[in-house]
Amino acid sequence: MSIFVYTENISGAYKKAALEAVSYAKTVADMSGTDVVAVSINPTDAADVLYKYGASKVVTLKSDALKNFNPKAYAEALATVVDGVVVFPHSTDASSVAPMLAVIKNASLLTNVVSAPVAVSPFEAKRKSFSGKAFMDAKAHGENVVVTISQNSFGIKENPVAGSEEVKEVSVSTEGLTVVNQEKSSGKLDLKEAEVVVSAGRGMKGPENWGMIEELANVLGAATACSKPVSDIGWRPHSEHVGQTGKAIAPNLYVAVGISGAIQHLAGVNSSKTIVVINNDAEAPFFKSADYGVVGDAFQIIPALTEKIKALKGH
Amino acid sequence: MKILVCISSVPDTTSKINFTADKSAFDKNGIQWVINPYDEFALTKAIKLQESQGATVTIATVGDAAAEAVMRKALAIGANDAIRVNAEPQDSITVAKELAKIVEEGGYDLVLCGKESIDYNGAAVPAMIAQLLNKPFVNACVGLEVNGAEATAVREIEGGKETLSVKLPAVIAGQKGMVEEKDLIIPNMRGIMSARTKPLTVKEPTETDVKVSAVSFDAVPARAQVKLVSADNLDELVRLLHEEAKVI
Repeated sequence: MSIFVYTENISGAYKKAALEAVSYAKTVADMSGTDVVAVSINPTDAADVLYKYGASKVVTLKSDALKNFNPKAYAEALATVVDGVVVFPHSTDASSVAPMLAVIKNASLLTNVVSAPVAVSPFEAKRKSFSGKAFMDAKAHGENVVVTISQNSFGIKENPVAGSEEVKEVSVSTEGLTVVNQEKSSGKLDLKEAEVVVSAGRGMKGPENWGMIEELANVLGAATACSKPVSDIGWRPHSEHVGQTGKAIAPNLYVAVGISGAIQHLAGVNSSKTIVVINNDAEAPFFKSADYGVVGDAFQIIPALTEKIKALKGH
Repeated sequence: MKILVCISSVPDTTSKINFTADKSAFDKNGIQWVINPYDEFALTKAIKLQESQGATVTIATVGDAAAEAVMRKALAIGANDAIRVNAEPQDSITVAKELAKIVEEGGYDLVLCGKESIDYNGAAVPAMIAQLLNKPFVNACVGLEVNGAEATAVREIEGGKETLSVKLPAVIAGQKGMVEEKDLIIPNMRGIMSARTKPLTVKEPTETDVKVSAVSFDAVPARAQVKLVSADNLDELVRLLHEEAKVI
């Protein structure tokens, strides 16, 4: 049986996490000697995007009722097509759908998976647990398995195959949930998808000083984040809080400015591949968990570093 | 209005996480237990609805007797009563089935949960309860108002927020923003005393169809020693990030 993958899109465009999920599904399919079927709901991107990462079939579900996100209706629509092993990204929306699909299909659910499976039958893989402080090797019982892939943990791997698309109209009920309004701040990079994140803490002394953090983020093509005290005081929105009770992220580069590195903060960021810590306190515990560190005044270091990176990138 | 708040008892957020010698299970020695922080937002929201709308608030937990300390804290915060399903949680579906059964038997109008627990991070139980009950589900909720048989929920979406109208009964999974951190209720002496006499019902589990087992656990490997770069030599930091780490 094929390996299925849910390819999530935002306003019709496939998310980076969806391409990562296809890459993962391709690895599972290769281990099982089968192929990958990607299932999308109302995409506007062409199916070719998914063939590039290993999906040899794309099933496009069309439905006006599914124009707005509704986890239950999405799960019911997907259930009409998928079977066996189904891969999802562990994004907020996709990870709302995955448990519902697991219930419908009487499947085992492995969430927050971070690496290729140890075995595919029964399915066994390493997943994040204890808020990123540990890994758990988890084994599914039975052949029906729903897996969610922790974002940025497996990576995107090109694996072009020839593919074909099938378009299906679906009809599901969205009763009980109606979208009233959406507010979006345009042009902001999604924190969980970002490959570089610049984050700052109380060491910035006040929200008026965030301009330099945003400028550094801008030259690095990074998303901005903050520590919990900063979002608690209201200097930055809750949506930027990274840590145990905020967002867990795994960028290639995490730059922490004026953050001491409490255990709860580390839990949310220690999956980052490279960590740079800038702090004027040489005793800040974060230095013990960093790859590179600079002890000094952030108000001098950040603008200087921004200029040097600009020079490197030829701005 | 009857509200059920599903809570789990988890290691304090500052806990060092260790495993048994054979790595097959979490080592509970020396661990302080707390209400899962995400569940605390849900519980506080429920208590606010109790105050403003005369709702009754029941808390439910799947856990052994050791979970009762944390449940008494939830009662001290203001919940009216508690139900404990006497079982060590096995996986998300067995926990969700026990909780869904409580919802069906109790006829609750609103089920509030934290969006995930900070120990096993399944982020699955709330959505599973909703699917088992065939009720609407809102995840990552950062704002909630209830008006009769309808709720208005605000949820986080990528790069913004979305406001939803939700027909009750429904299952809503919350996070910070559902209430603010500063609004979390710290139990007072009166609450602690009254919690001792509030009803805590123990039910035996009925669900045994485990779908996922833990094979082993591992700590996250430690990073190599930090390379410190002088604040006067940021060229070296840029070089290291460009040439050594290859991240810029």
